[in-house]
Amino acid sequence: MPKEYMTIRDVVGPLLLVEKVTDVKYGELVELQFPDGSISRGNVLEITKDTALIQSFEGTRGINTTQTRVRFVGKGMEVGVSKDIVGRVFDGLGHTIDGGPEIIPEKRLSIYGEPMNPYSRDYPEDFIQTGISAIDGLNPLVKGQKLPIFSGSGLPHPKLAAQIARQSQVLGKDEEFAVVFCAMGITFEEANYFISEFKRTAAIEKAVIFINLADDPAVERIAAPRVALTAAEYLAFDLDMHVLVILTDMTYYCEALREVSAARKEVPGRRGYPGYLYTDLATIYERAGKIKNKKGSITQIPILSMPEDDKTHPIPDLTGYITEGQIILSRDLHRKGIHPPIDVLPSLSRLKEKGIGPGKTREDHSGVSNQLFAAYARGKEAKELAVILGEAALSDVDKKFAKFSEEFEQRFIQQGEFENRSIEQTLDLGWELLTHLPRAELKRVREEHIEKYMSKFMKEESKEEKELEEVKS
Amino acid sequence: MEQGIIGKVSGPLVVAEGLTNAKMYDLVRVGKDRLMGEVIEIRGESFSVQVYEETIGLGPGDPVYTTGEALSVELGPGLLESIYDGVQRPLNVLRDKVGDFIVRGVEAPGLNREKKWEFKSVAKVGDEVASGDILGTVQETTIIEHKVMVPPGIEGKITKINAGEFTVDDTVAVLEKDGQKKEITMLQRWPVRRGRPYKDKLPPHTPLSTGQRVIDTFFPVAKGGTACVPGPFGSGKTVIQHQIAKWADAEIIIFIGCGERGNEMTDVLMEFPELKDPYSGEPLMKRTVLIANTSNMPVAAREASVYTGITIGEYFRDMGYSVALQADSTSRWAEALREISGRLEEMPGEEGYPAYLGSRAAAFYERAGRTSCLSKDDREGSLTVVGAVSPPGGDLSEPVTQNTLRVVKVFWGLEDQLAYQRHFPAINWLQSYSLYMEEVEDYWTKEVDPEFKKLRTDAMAILQREAELKEIVRLVGVEALSTNERILMETARSVREDFLQQNAFHEVDTFTSLKKQFLMLKVIMHFHEVALEAIEKGTNIKDILEAPIRERISRIKFLEEKEIGKLKDLLKDISSQFKASRTGGE
Ligand SMILES: Nc1ncnc2c1ncn2[C@@H]1O[C@H](COP(=O)(O)OP(=O)(O)OP(=O)(O)O)[C@@H](O)[C@H]1O
Ligand SMILES: [Mg+2]
Repeated sequence: MPKEYMTIRDVVGPLLLVEKVTDVKYGELVELQFPDGSISRGNVLEITKDTALIQSFEGTRGINTTQTRVRFVGKGMEVGVSKDIVGRVFDGLGHTIDGGPEIIPEKRLSIYGEPMNPYSRDYPEDFIQTGISAIDGLNPLVKGQKLPIFSGSGLPHPKLAAQIARQSQVLGKDEEFAVVFCAMGITFEEANYFISEFKRTAAIEKAVIFINLADDPAVERIAAPRVALTAAEYLAFDLDMHVLVILTDMTYYCEALREVSAARKEVPGRRGYPGYLYTDLATIYERAGKIKNKKGSITQIPILSMPEDDKTHPIPDLTGYITEGQIILSRDLHRKGIHPPIDVLPSLSRLKEKGIGPGKTREDHSGVSNQLFAAYARGKEAKELAVILGEAALSDVDKKFAKFSEEFEQRFIQQGEFENRSIEQTLDLGWELLTHLPRAELKRVREEHIEKYMSKFMKEESKEEKELEEVKS
Repeated sequence: MEQGIIGKVSGPLVVAEGLTNAKMYDLVRVGKDRLMGEVIEIRGESFSVQVYEETIGLGPGDPVYTTGEALSVELGPGLLESIYDGVQRPLNVLRDKVGDFIVRGVEAPGLNREKKWEFKSVAKVGDEVASGDILGTVQETTIIEHKVMVPPGIEGKITKINAGEFTVDDTVAVLEKDGQKKEITMLQRWPVRRGRPYKDKLPPHTPLSTGQRVIDTFFPVAKGGTACVPGPFGSGKTVIQHQIAKWADAEIIIFIGCGERGNEMTDVLMEFPELKDPYSGEPLMKRTVLIANTSNMPVAAREASVYTGITIGEYFRDMGYSVALQADSTSRWAEALREISGRLEEMPGEEGYPAYLGSRAAAFYERAGRTSCLSKDDREGSLTVVGAVSPPGGDLSEPVTQNTLRVVKVFWGLEDQLAYQRHFPAINWLQSYSLYMEEVEDYWTKEVDPEFKKLRTDAMAILQREAELKEIVRLVGVEALSTNERILMETARSVREDFLQQNAFHEVDTFTSLKKQFLMLKVIMHFHEVALEAIEKGTNIKDILEAPIRERISRIKFLEEKEIGKLKDLLKDISSQFKASRTGGE
């Protein structure tokens, strides 16, 4: 029998303090019944002998202290799951909102999950081909990885994320991904883009969608990714599915957390975000992974917009400290019209070493990718110098690097929204571009790989050069 | 034991009431599940307890039990090859008990109680023994002989000593003092927040060889020394720590994953049993203890994890071993401290960290050192501590970095720009430093080559000069440089690319012996000399820069240790370079 109280003392922002409570537990789920009959859910943030501090997920609008009923449910917040959740749309707390029938849960699971035992984890090492060269070639995604996209307002991260969701496949295995999509605080339009994308490509039949829009209660965003990940864990580890989780936009999630922290008058860390933001985010991101002797997996692609495109802002910063790399979008490349505008140098996939190579992608993958990085970095540096001092100030070799970096952006990074390149195509394209550099500069690739993979492009190249020289003379 | 009740729950902090005899840092059991917790503040009747497990579901009125003991670790055979959480619960045992996700309230002792170890006595009946004296040994793994020592604070005459197969709970010896008998087992307990005693601290004098060129040659750490690696995310802190754990010439490795990624621990767990220690030829896991309190595991246990790890490290040091400990990342430890401090409503210092952050950090690193151990024999042990620091936004002025730099002797500063260029390890060679240079140089002169010290100094000078010249190039272009300066720029590039850069994932490049490091640097510097001479004698700079031998230099890092002779050949070939072209040209 749930305990019910009408003893609210204070309401501050999303928080309420309830007095004269007994036998309430930390983290307990609470139902609030407002004077107008509407119901909000919340949970206990702090409990003393006779007061409970509660955060209300659906806001506090309409609450008063005299008529609002507070019901303690006797357990933590849970979500009901069954295989029927696939193909359905829910709100941030897990209620269906697509007009379909209610889910009859097979189990009810705590949305907080439990930490995966590091001893049980299986190291992620299966390459996922996204068909995008800037990712597959240089910063490859691996099954069970958490790889966020650092974006900025107005940058095309929805297109990129949708392309990844559409094209992702595990090479050589007949494995498809189910998508768990969780929207937090984004606009109707953006959410709608994803949903119609999923519908158009029939991905919706293998998707579970959780939606909290910009005008939905902010505090609900604290629960939403946890609800989504609980569903993902169920699909992955109970139903053996490979799940790709897209969480967007983590920035709004963090803002909701800040709002609660401010209302609690906690000592803030950097830029007003709570000191425990790292730990809090880790309890979300660390829910990606694989488990030994289990077939399923959770791969996470959180998306966040960097306030003022600043990578050192606490949200991208702490995310980068937890995730296994990051894909960074660049406003410069976007302005240049390059799609996807992936800034490959500061982007990183930390799990790439074990996910690529012979038997997984191709033996030359690691070398080519290191070489492309190094060459592009040097070319960009040369270009910057040329901007200040003029092209003439560059050595001949540096001129070649500068030209290389231009081509690299135009041909390697640039690709169509619906262009799906195989990993062979990506690597071959890399080699083709490398032919423009002096061979002695190719220090990061193995001798035998140059012979095997690059020579076929060299012939045409030297032909071209000859022709050019003929034209000149 | 006494029982009280919970008065308040706020995250990992629980306030207990109705206890009278609990002491600071005592272990208590909280709630019906008997979750582990530690008393960290006493105010009148209220005892603040940090709880090492998730507190959801606890509430006022739930019981709290005292144990009368401080938070301690179990020490004895069976530590090696283990993976523990922050409070020494073996994670493999937890998995067997509760499955792939860690649920609350599971108990598991640090050391296996069933396993029998072959105990060989060293001391004999009638011997007078005291703290630290070795009673016997156990071959714990193929490479490590565990020394069973008289626990600190105990002494007496041996009246009985056994030999044979025993569990850690069985009595292996009996001591008698003033008519009192004391039974000794192979298991000792030690409170984690107190350093284990030793006879004397000694100044470090031997370098810890890590096989990492930029570290060993440019910024070495001594055995028994302290080092820190601060750097923004993705700059390579963990890879450096893993590399040290793999290739350092320490006898014992303690790796603490403190608030970091689960997969990084899995990586070590899967790789170390496969990789062979270059010194013993045995799997690396045989000398390793892992502590894993990942970022999603309870935050209070994260705070404890570094102490659990260092206490185990001291225990092996006391046996006379050289121990190297890596803590990744100490920033997460400091954040745990901050979170608990916030819940205690303490007055916050800089960036919300408690005012005692500095003293706690110093006390931790102070537990490193080279020591002469308690015991009659004159054994020496060492404990080297390397801590990663994760400064927000890569900003080194933040409190954790600053407080760390105040105590450690070696600073490997990682830089994001280097990481973007895939210059790994991304250690900034101009800002980093080691205060052990003098100690280490003697060793180099004796054990590697008398010329090593000079080579290193010259190479560093070239790198410094390069930075100045780069500035000039940025302002006025490459044309402003003299021919000699252009040679220097090329040599600097060669030092950076062919020496400093080291790919941790390349089967050969991942480890370089000191001897090979010396020869590699010699090759590069020798080419520099020869090139300058050639310029002097009129050789065209283009011929020097395009000399085919440079490609050979660029591949020296991929020469295996057994091909070290080829470096000597290369030195000869460099000496004879440009001679032909000069005579030909004139
Ligand atoms: N010596 C190296 N050789 C090759 N690659 C390296 C090396 N050091 C670092 N890297 C690359 O950099 C990536 C990031 O390194 P690492 O995980 O050690 O960063 P970190 O500083 O620990 O980051 P965080 O603070 O987020 O944990 C690695 O996954 C690897 O790709
Ligand atoms: Mg790391």
